[in-house]
Amino acid sequence: MSANAPLPMGPHDRPIRLAEIPVLAVDAFRSAILGQVNAGGRIAALFGMAGESNRVRLYAVLMYLETAEIAVLAADVADEYPSLTPDCPQAHMFEREIAEQWGVIPRGHPWLKPIRFHPSYRAGHDAWSRAAGEAIVPGVTDFFRVEGPEVHEVAVGPIHAGVIEPGHFRFQCHGEKVFHLEISLGFQHRGIERAMVGGPDKRTLPLVESIAGDTSVGHATAYAQAVEALSGCRVPLRAQALRGVALELERLANHAGDLGALANDVGYLPTASFCGRLRGDFLNATALICGSRFGRCLIRPGGVLWDVEPDRAEQLLARLQAALDDVAGATKILWDSLSVQARFEDTGVVPAEVAQDLGLVGPAARACGVDRDVRRDFPTGIYRFALIPPSTWNTGDVFGRAYVRWLEIRRSGQFVLQQIKSLPGGPVRSKPPGPLLPEAMAVSFVEGWRGSICHVAVTDAAGKFARYKVVDPSFRNWIGLAMALRDQQISDFPLCNKSFNLSYCGHDL
Amino acid sequence: MAGGLFMTLAKSLIHPILALIFAPLMLGVIGRTKAILAGREGPPLAQPYHDLRKLLGKGAVYSRTTTWIFRAGPMIGLASTIVAVLLVPFGSCPAPLAFPGDLILFAYLLGLARLCTVLAALDTGSAFEGMGASREVLFSALAEPALLLGLAAVARETRSLSLSGMQAAQTLSAWSGAWLPLSLVAVALGVVLLSENSRIPVDDPNTHLELTMIHEVMVLDHGGPDLAFILYGAALKMWALAALLIGTVLPIRVGLPYTWPVDVALSLASMLGIAVGVGVVESTMARLRMSRVPQLLIFATTLSTLALVFEFGGLIR
Repeated sequence: MSANAPLPMGPHDRPIRLAEIPVLAVDAFRSAILGQVNAGGRIAALFGMAGESNRVRLYAVLMYLETAEIAVLAADVADEYPSLTPDCPQAHMFEREIAEQWGVIPRGHPWLKPIRFHPSYRAGHDAWSRAAGEAIVPGVTDFFRVEGPEVHEVAVGPIHAGVIEPGHFRFQCHGEKVFHLEISLGFQHRGIERAMVGGPDKRTLPLVESIAGDTSVGHATAYAQAVEALSGCRVPLRAQALRGVALELERLANHAGDLGALANDVGYLPTASFCGRLRGDFLNATALICGSRFGRCLIRPGGVLWDVEPDRAEQLLARLQAALDDVAGATKILWDSLSVQARFEDTGVVPAEVAQDLGLVGPAARACGVDRDVRRDFPTGIYRFALIPPSTWNTGDVFGRAYVRWLEIRRSGQFVLQQIKSLPGGPVRSKPPGPLLPEAMAVSFVEGWRGSICHVAVTDAAGKFARYKVVDPSFRNWIGLAMALRDQQISDFPLCNKSFNLSYCGHDL
Repeated sequence: MAGGLFMTLAKSLIHPILALIFAPLMLGVIGRTKAILAGREGPPLAQPYHDLRKLLGKGAVYSRTTTWIFRAGPMIGLASTIVAVLLVPFGSCPAPLAFPGDLILFAYLLGLARLCTVLAALDTGSAFEGMGASREVLFSALAEPALLLGLAAVARETRSLSLSGMQAAQTLSAWSGAWLPLSLVAVALGVVLLSENSRIPVDDPNTHLELTMIHEVMVLDHGGPDLAFILYGAALKMWALAALLIGTVLPIRVGLPYTWPVDVALSLASMLGIAVGVGVVESTMARLRMSRVPQLLIFATTLSTLALVFEFGGLIR
């Protein structure tokens, strides 16, 4: 198949039989992906899977915004293949991941370093020729260094002064100015993708809900959609609406908390104090629905576990209306404060082309004017019927990322109120999903509060997961933070970091 | 006559005693003001005292890379700040130590305290502490001309080179004659007060983000009694600069020979007012971008210079 031949595109929410996925030669695979990316496609996921005779089968999931369709390609590789990254930067993390997981070297990759510091899944194959029993210490790798008489290196973490997740940051500085930031994570690696293999079973949902604790609803919804696609299960309309409400409540809580944390980082106390409380109000609204502030045990394949009766719906409406009014007041003083705007504007700018090339997602991409939101582009569930217009800004700086959050709070707030007022009737759960389609793949997209979440489930002949790929938005966006710090003051790093507010465990899996 | 001397001595010791006792309370008042403005109840006013007691009861841990400089830093720092407090008059009581030119000694005793903190920070060899030390030195070098030129303007106005002499000559009637240069000096010293005590908008005393700190990052490696010395020294420094501001620039006192207890009370109330003012500033504005801090300090220096020009030129009298 030539690079320009049309790819087998299909709707994004239907399962695909593995036998129908074209297996190309490596060069054709590479040129097909490059051709499609240059024509406006995007890589949703690129991952390896154990293939026949100790080879690795690479799968690429490409997404097309215009038609809301996806295409899946495959190729078999042995120990190396020509890297995509030099021609297609958005593949860079996926290829590092493939190298680490399968010991397959993407030849020509400009930045081939481990990302999670675990041994290869394929015994005897290691991309960095490490011995089988050798201890792999996270954060120990060769870092990029700037040399010179006045250049100095600042290393931060993995243990920080605040109570946050562990990560290691290396700054190459000239005085207060940052030339380069390199981020090395992996301290939170728990092996979620491997633990999913053989599922679904009793452990699967708790695992999915803990991929990133602040995105429980997002990941659980993505998982449920994948299982529903593979089992042909239909979700009742009322459950779809409640899933949407829970997902938007998660967004409201985190966005409100982020605006407060941004205010706190510049020492602006009023918004910091109010938004800290308001985040709790939104979390408590989720708790009113399902008993968990983080929406655990709410989403299940086939629907949701908890219904919202009319009196609880009314209570929810009253609480949310009050909280939304308070957020409007707490953020108005933030936007009106000149001293805050002086800190936010022109700090940590990510140019739109960089965001586009690196495949950034979520508010970080929308703040650069990259209009990308899977709630509109690849709608599932309630978003097929109720559109939330994507919110974008055009500056790409800390202000842009903060302001997009505020715009999203307003739109999500309206959406949630409207959905609760007009919840469709009927049950909230269909009968439990039957066995999964064997030897098939399902791709599932959810716009979590940090950006698009992509889950890819691949089943074996028995209908169990042979591979489960999770692409958390943090996996794509950490490089955006490194780019935002170029030529910035090192004292602005915490502010830039907060404006992205990425997940360490979502990245480390 | 001996009774009069004894009285003067007793009066001059009132301020050091008040300062040693009440300096941490200023931090408590600032914290409480911020909490109330943020809609919270906040920690008790005596929280800084509890913190000091807790720290004094702890042992200290020293890194193997540090030397005696690291241990000497907090002690010399606290000692020189206490001596600086002895130079500052309060109410209508003169300072226990007063001589022509003591204002220069005052500025450089604070400088000595800073030097010791900076050396102790550099002694740890940590990248953060080096960064904090570099920022501290830059900003204090810019704050120093604002302080000294401002005091020079007041010295010219009061025809005295001693802080106690300035305080004695600084009466309401004298102030009303030179309100413009003195107001400029008051604003400049206010900026110096915020900057030297690492308050917003220059530094954020509450931040946990090591990359943005200035003063706090330099003392990250200190613990136990050393940290208590540093915190107490910081409280005393705040007190000394605030007392300097109200003692030499703002004549908030009656100034008659037998009203000194009233004047001490008025000065204490002014100290309280300054603490509340700092709390209000911290509650209503964000911290400046670090690259903008020098502009603020140069602004303060400009005000001081302008005041000095007015004083010498007699432009506005």
